[in-house]
Amino acid sequence: MKLARLGRSAYVIGRRDFTATVMSKAFLLFLLGPLFPVLMGAAFGGIGAQIEQEAQKPVVAVIASADEFAQLNRSRDKLSLVVRGERVVALTRADPSASRDQLLKQEKPPVIGVLEGGLDQPRFTGAVLADGPTIHQLHWMLDDARRAKAEPRAPPVAMMVTLTKRSAGSVASARSLTARGGQALLFILTILLAGMLLSQLIEEKSNKVIEILAAAVPVDAIFLGKLFAMLAMSLLGIAVWVAAGAAAIALWTDGGLGNLPEPAVGWPAYLALVPVYFAMSYLLIGAVFLGIGAQASTVREVQTLSMPVTMAQVVLFAFASTGVGNPDGMQAIAAAVFPLSSPFAMIGRAAEVPALWPHLAAFLWQALWVALILRGAASLFRRSVLKSGPAFRWPWQKQRQSAS
Amino acid sequence: MDAGNLAVEARDLVKQFGDTRAVDGVSLAVPEGAIYGILGPNGAGKTTCLRLLLGIIDPSSGTRRLLGHERPLEAASQVGYLPEERGLYPAMTCIEAIAFLGALRGLPLKEGRQRGAELLAGHDLADWAGKPIRTLSKGMAQTVQLLGTIVHKPRLIVLDEPFSGLDAINQGKLEALIRRQAAEGVTILFSTHVIAHAERLCERIAIIARGKVAFEGGVDEARGRLRPIVHLRTRESDGPWRSAIPEGARRSGDEWMFELPASGPEPLLKALIDGGAGIETLSIERPGLHDAFVAIAGEAAARAMGEPAPAEAAA
Repeated sequence: MKLARLGRSAYVIGRRDFTATVMSKAFLLFLLGPLFPVLMGAAFGGIGAQIEQEAQKPVVAVIASADEFAQLNRSRDKLSLVVRGERVVALTRADPSASRDQLLKQEKPPVIGVLEGGLDQPRFTGAVLADGPTIHQLHWMLDDARRAKAEPRAPPVAMMVTLTKRSAGSVASARSLTARGGQALLFILTILLAGMLLSQLIEEKSNKVIEILAAAVPVDAIFLGKLFAMLAMSLLGIAVWVAAGAAAIALWTDGGLGNLPEPAVGWPAYLALVPVYFAMSYLLIGAVFLGIGAQASTVREVQTLSMPVTMAQVVLFAFASTGVGNPDGMQAIAAAVFPLSSPFAMIGRAAEVPALWPHLAAFLWQALWVALILRGAASLFRRSVLKSGPAFRWPWQKQRQSAS
Repeated sequence: MDAGNLAVEARDLVKQFGDTRAVDGVSLAVPEGAIYGILGPNGAGKTTCLRLLLGIIDPSSGTRRLLGHERPLEAASQVGYLPEERGLYPAMTCIEAIAFLGALRGLPLKEGRQRGAELLAGHDLADWAGKPIRTLSKGMAQTVQLLGTIVHKPRLIVLDEPFSGLDAINQGKLEALIRRQAAEGVTILFSTHVIAHAERLCERIAIIARGKVAFEGGVDEARGRLRPIVHLRTRESDGPWRSAIPEGARRSGDEWMFELPASGPEPLLKALIDGGAGIETLSIERPGLHDAFVAIAGEAAARAMGEPAPAEAAA
């Protein structure tokens, strides 16, 4: 009964906030917001793509005899000494009977290409740039290895190069990009919405509507209504962006959506996980912001109070992003376990690791913390928003009071 | 008074803000269907008292009961509240604002819009129904908020300084609205620092000064605390009749003013006639709420409310 009333009241508050926000001109700007980074991305896209494609440490599988592979590896070591500070392609020996196509799908280590045909008739197949550093380095290694083998004056041999759209290495690279993109999206959205939530609360405190609300419905309902209205608004925004983005990709790119590198869990699961982790992240951070906002009565006070929380959130984001590229490492696991960084870490993980069960565990873990933080923040909100309830006391003050 | 007939009941309410005790042991009993006024100067604790009664803030100690509920918010659907500092969403249309205020109290939105339209039409604001609040004058916005306060047909209406900021015409309209609601059996509880409003409207009052209730009871009971005032003009300026004038009588020009002696008017008249006063005019006035307020709360409180002290009033 009490819970039903709370829900009903929160719905009335939430519906008003949602309608007011979605019907405002500011929402149009909110929807247009992602265009700015997209335009920036388009401007620098060519450079970015090139850097990204070659930035990951490439691993080339070599189908060769043990001797030839050892010779090639020695040449690689020499090259490493010459081009110190640059990434040099890593080599891994594959069994001579191994299939090229199988090797191109190998994820541990993620193979970017396959070199076969020995030192005399080398053939490379892989997802690299035709004129990129991987090809140049392989040429140098082959020449050096052949000279060292017994033909010091041997002329260079042309390596036949076949470019593919994908390899395990290029997919791994694209996935880490997806992981970082997902984390950045969550971070920016959460910060943006928590700020909007605070502004609304301050506006209501200053135009005295809050007193009318508090006289009619439980303060907890105001808290929950506001929090979930903004969540609904942002989910609507995400839905619009995803639909618009998918339409744009389908219309303007060769091959459409199928051309996009698929996250490890697959697109359907990933697209389902983005709003879930966004909701968790927003509820965790938004609740803290709302609790803080209740303490303040002016925008200046809010800025002062929210600054440490914003900085803490930047640290959490940075913490979660250290796990990208090594999702089973200590840092990634720690970021996934710590409640406030967990949504960022897990959306990164979803892009890189196919297993789905960790997401169920993470969801339950985060939901537990959402419940705890919501409870604490709602209590803080209730005490502060209208200076209601008994004043805060430290445990020793309570003991002193009960003793007296 | 039988607790069953009380719309609002408070016992020993205390509210402490840090070192300040804003409300200090307030006890009130508002009968159902009454128009009840809380009088006091600014800062006396009227608003805090109303907020405590409505459950907007919790008391430091003491109990309150609203329409039979110990938790005031449980009665929210039967209560209408107009706070002193009016607040509406500026971008909302009038009709939506009224429906929203009703929805907060449990009235379905559709019904709220329907009743809102009727209320707006009844207050000559039908043309403004679809216009945003920010386009309204202050008086019109206040009217819209007041309509939002009654749209869900509450049993109890609580108004905090409802007349402040209204011009004389709108004050008259508000008084009429309060009377209409009371005639329908709705309990009205309002705070004011203007005694005249309370005197015209209220059956019962509480006088609050410095967070404490100095008086609580009927308006007649408050007046009854003072003896009637005699206003006397005589042809003779001196003579034996002067012995009939009690000590403490005030004189303003030719007129004497003093409390009617406990023995009543007849012995006074006899003494004045026998003493050769040559009575020009003599009137006995029942004291007003203003006089009662000054007597109960003190002249300082009256001054704080912008009310003249009795001597000044007479002058």
